[in-house]
Amino acid sequence: MVVNASQDDPEKARRFREAALPYLDDAYTLARYLLRDAADAEDAVQECYLRAYKHFDSYRGPAMKPWLFAILRNVCRAEYARRKTAPTVVEELPEGGDQTPMWNEAPETPEKQLLRRFDGDTVRKLVAALAEPFRETFVLREIQNLSYREIADVAAVPVGTVMSRLARARAMLRSAWLAEQEQVK
Amino acid sequence: MTCEEAEVLIHALIDGELDAGHAREVEAHVEGCAHCAALMKEYQEIRQAIAESDVRYKAPLELRRKIEKALPQPQPQAAPTRRSVLRGFAMGSAVSAMAATGLVAIVLRNDDEQRIENEVVSAHLRSLQAGHLIDVVSTDQHTVKPWFNGKLDVSPPVIDLTAQGFTLIGGRLDYVNAREIGAVVYKRRQHVINLFVAQTANTERKTAKISTLQGFNIRRWSDRGLNYWAVSDLGADELTEFGDKFESAMRANKEG
Ligand SMILES: [Zn+2]
Repeated sequence: MVVNASQDDPEKARRFREAALPYLDDAYTLARYLLRDAADAEDAVQECYLRAYKHFDSYRGPAMKPWLFAILRNVCRAEYARRKTAPTVVEELPEGGDQTPMWNEAPETPEKQLLRRFDGDTVRKLVAALAEPFRETFVLREIQNLSYREIADVAAVPVGTVMSRLARARAMLRSAWLAEQEQVK
Repeated sequence: MTCEEAEVLIHALIDGELDAGHAREVEAHVEGCAHCAALMKEYQEIRQAIAESDVRYKAPLELRRKIEKALPQPQPQAAPTRRSVLRGFAMGSAVSAMAATGLVAIVLRNDDEQRIENEVVSAHLRSLQAGHLIDVVSTDQHTVKPWFNGKLDVSPPVIDLTAQGFTLIGGRLDYVNAREIGAVVYKRRQHVINLFVAQTANTERKTAKISTLQGFNIRRWSDRGLNYWAVSDLGADELTEFGDKFESAMRANKEG
């Protein structure tokens, strides 16, 4: 992978390095959660940075991180397609539908019971087990600290969808958390 | 407000995404509804637990190398670097230096403020992960201050507030709003305070504002061309105390 000659502009490369490389760990983290595979994540991030550099001339900001993530997300979707086994997608509730929301199904916990703290590996496992597109929304919000607006831009969905996905994601994670807690008791 | 609505909106409340009016409505519902209050508390606990556990991954060095190698290498005699441009900037002719280089003034628009606060909280969270908190470990302001010199265009003021109950523990370079900024790290009891300091073209003094984002308190103010964000899980009262002590120490320094 070598950038072609017309791209060979050291000043542009310097600006790109300064703007984009600080987000390398963030991008890699997102790719790990989206693809759930270390080698694939590495390839995806590399491809993402090359594409980002190519399009850096048209980058108008304001925030670099969501911009990179939008590119990375497209790369990852291409990877899903290559795998041909799409990630397990849970049916989303149609907007404005009148069915009972699934987040009501979460089990009640007795009051005052504290949630158990788990080690990093367990938490990673619980998050990674969330179904798409809830995992993506959750990781962008909780691990990457994007605003709803930014998540909407990255995932190319309305803000309302971000809100309902996030509510669903947190409800699913809460159930999984409580189940894990039950198991290790 | 029904529970059904509240169960979606409490997330936006937790995330600081609601405007004041809606936030009050949701808060009012939660106050009067044990079910939603219990849910919200759990979500906050889970979020806190995630924030404090190591859920991020570090990019392999090899990946960094591969990307670096694919980019054109910088040439030593290129156009003036940002650093030399900014040196002129720091020496006083702010407006002309900025006009000459097209450097964008770091004056926050309102919609940017929220985004930057988000980034500041992200940086705070990153710093809490093992081994990320401090680049230079020292409780001595005369060690921390010079450490920043040459690493940033403008070094942040480093003030020892140990006598006031906030222990200086070191400094760190961080990255906020697409630029490197200094973070001065303090502790009160087991609570970390990150004080982020960034240069701004606007020299107007802005009095402190406290906000809450993702369970962290942020005290933000501007003084003499610097923007400050103090971020901590300390309560708003103690963070206010920190900011007040810092600001009066700055004033004393200036006068003394
Ligand atoms: Zn309720």
